[in-house]
Amino acid sequence: MKKISKQFVASPYLVWAIVFIVVPLFFVLYYSVTDANGNFTFEHILDIVKYKDIMLNSIWLGFIATVISLVISYPLAYIMARSSANVQRTMMILVMLPMWMNLLIRTYSLMILLQDTGIINSVLSFLKLPNVHMINTQGAVVLGMVYNYIPYMLLPLYSIMAKIDHGLIEAAEDLGANKLKVISKVIFPLSLPGIASGFTMVFVPSVSTFYISKKLGGNAFSLIGDVIEMQFKASNNYNLGSALSLVLMFMIIICMAVMNRFTGDDDDGGVLI
Amino acid sequence: MEEKYIIQLKDISKKFDDDVILDNISLNIKDGEFITFLGPSGCGKTTTLRIIAGFLEADSGQVLFEGKDINSLPPHKRQVNTIFQRYQLFPHLNVYENIAFGLRNKKVNGKKLKEKEISKKVKEMLALVNLNGFERRDTALLSGGQQQRVAIARALAVEPRVLLLDEPLAALDLKLRKDMQVELKNIQKRLGITFIFVTHDQQEALSMSDTVVVMNEGKIQQIGSPIDIYNEPKNAFVADFIGESNILDGIMLDDFKAKFSGAVFQCLDKGFKAKESVDIVIRPEDVDVVPVEEGMISGVITSNTFKGVHFEMIVDIQNFKWMIETTDYYPVGTKIGIKIDPDSIHVMKKSKYSGLYGDYSSFSDELEHLSDIEVEEE
Repeated sequence: MKKISKQFVASPYLVWAIVFIVVPLFFVLYYSVTDANGNFTFEHILDIVKYKDIMLNSIWLGFIATVISLVISYPLAYIMARSSANVQRTMMILVMLPMWMNLLIRTYSLMILLQDTGIINSVLSFLKLPNVHMINTQGAVVLGMVYNYIPYMLLPLYSIMAKIDHGLIEAAEDLGANKLKVISKVIFPLSLPGIASGFTMVFVPSVSTFYISKKLGGNAFSLIGDVIEMQFKASNNYNLGSALSLVLMFMIIICMAVMNRFTGDDDDGGVLI
Repeated sequence: MEEKYIIQLKDISKKFDDDVILDNISLNIKDGEFITFLGPSGCGKTTTLRIIAGFLEADSGQVLFEGKDINSLPPHKRQVNTIFQRYQLFPHLNVYENIAFGLRNKKVNGKKLKEKEISKKVKEMLALVNLNGFERRDTALLSGGQQQRVAIARALAVEPRVLLLDEPLAALDLKLRKDMQVELKNIQKRLGITFIFVTHDQQEALSMSDTVVVMNEGKIQQIGSPIDIYNEPKNAFVADFIGESNILDGIMLDDFKAKFSGAVFQCLDKGFKAKESVDIVIRPEDVDVVPVEEGMISGVITSNTFKGVHFEMIVDIQNFKWMIETTDYYPVGTKIGIKIDPDSIHVMKKSKYSGLYGDYSSFSDELEHLSDIEVEEE
């Protein structure tokens, strides 16, 4: 009886997952291996060779953005987890606040800051300093990724660090570990599952983004997400778009598998893949 | 004189917010002794231990290690190690690496230990705690008793001069606890290092320690050997906390002459002012039950509980409820006489605890049991 009611409670999600995840994935798979007339072909998947450079560049920029997010978030998460409850709450609100705004608005605001005639350059001109060209560079794209996705790195890191028993840190100090060793031998290894989930949650949307690169990278730096978007909207080539999506998905899964191998076998830390 | 003490506390005080946790504690700990801080929850015993370990700093006062002030020395530089109440084994490391943790931080003559030396020491420690062959085990899969042993091995591997034990046996079941008590005592004897043990279990304190420090409300109530503490409690709190006690209001008429419960008794105490009000402690097992006409005083049995070795009776003597233990059975309602030998009467000066303890009118087995299993959370 209990079992049945549990399944019943889970059924809304099951319906959701089938309608919005399984069925679309099936369509992606179907379009990838057919041509416009519905005949079976591998042509589109093999077309990926043409987009190899864009694909690798997307992964590379996503990787850099993820690493920068990690480097910024890690010490912050540590400080947050060790602060008093009030400070934790305040910091959490400050982190979450930008997320209440739409991604598009956040990206536009970055654009306004970075433009050649934008706020930063206006201030520089006012101070009689040379202007800096920032918009439409890879740096601007990476900045956009970090700015938009950093909360997804910070939150899992914070939640895992808050869970680390302070007694373990005392035990390490008791056994002769100085501050540096406490971090490298206790806190870091125990926070690896948080690093793994944060990595996934920033890396995946960064690699596949199209909006950030379009607004902050201009046309000069198309990412694979832009190419895929173009196939579905401008070119109306669902087959190539699906094939590229499928390949990108596999590339991301491979990257995550490598990442998980690196952070060890943790099935209890909320790792996403 | 001071050199023979390994740790000295001088006028240590500590407040958390506005709560006074430690109130001017001073204590000398001899090298190689097994000393126990005993007291109820919130008495300050764990705080004292954490100050010695270096996790807390006292608001005022000094901690000396072999005569040297170590107040500002961080925990990783102190020659003391701790067994934590919840063990605090590193979950990401196996048994071997847990025990090796301290050894890897250690430097001898400025050099790190070689893996061979570490491995030898870990083996030696596992043998000491009877866990041979457990090197590769995952600590999460060990039983509570085994985790406890790993924690002991880990702390002792770095050869501390003093081992601090913070209620280490509280989480174990009764049988295992008794075994570990014996084992800990044996380890302490074999290594000859100082153990500072914290517990709220008076039985544990009495059976393991060379010296017991009874604490309450941030103050040391009494320091002494287990036998002294039991036989010559200094005040009503100690008398009540250690074992069972009947604590009565009395008057010292003269040296060796105490009056209580409407009768005059011979005792072994002297040096009180004439007619000084005192507390009289009589242990339940020190009372002889005799026929009414032979007794010094008499009373009526109001309850009688079989405890295995003995019967535990509550006896109403002039409206004061005594606890008396006998091996003979008397039914409830029987009028009995009571005899007390002079050496069974302990006379204490009046203290702020007078009148708070030692009357069994509200005694119930159930409540006693509840207060015994209370677990320390500080």
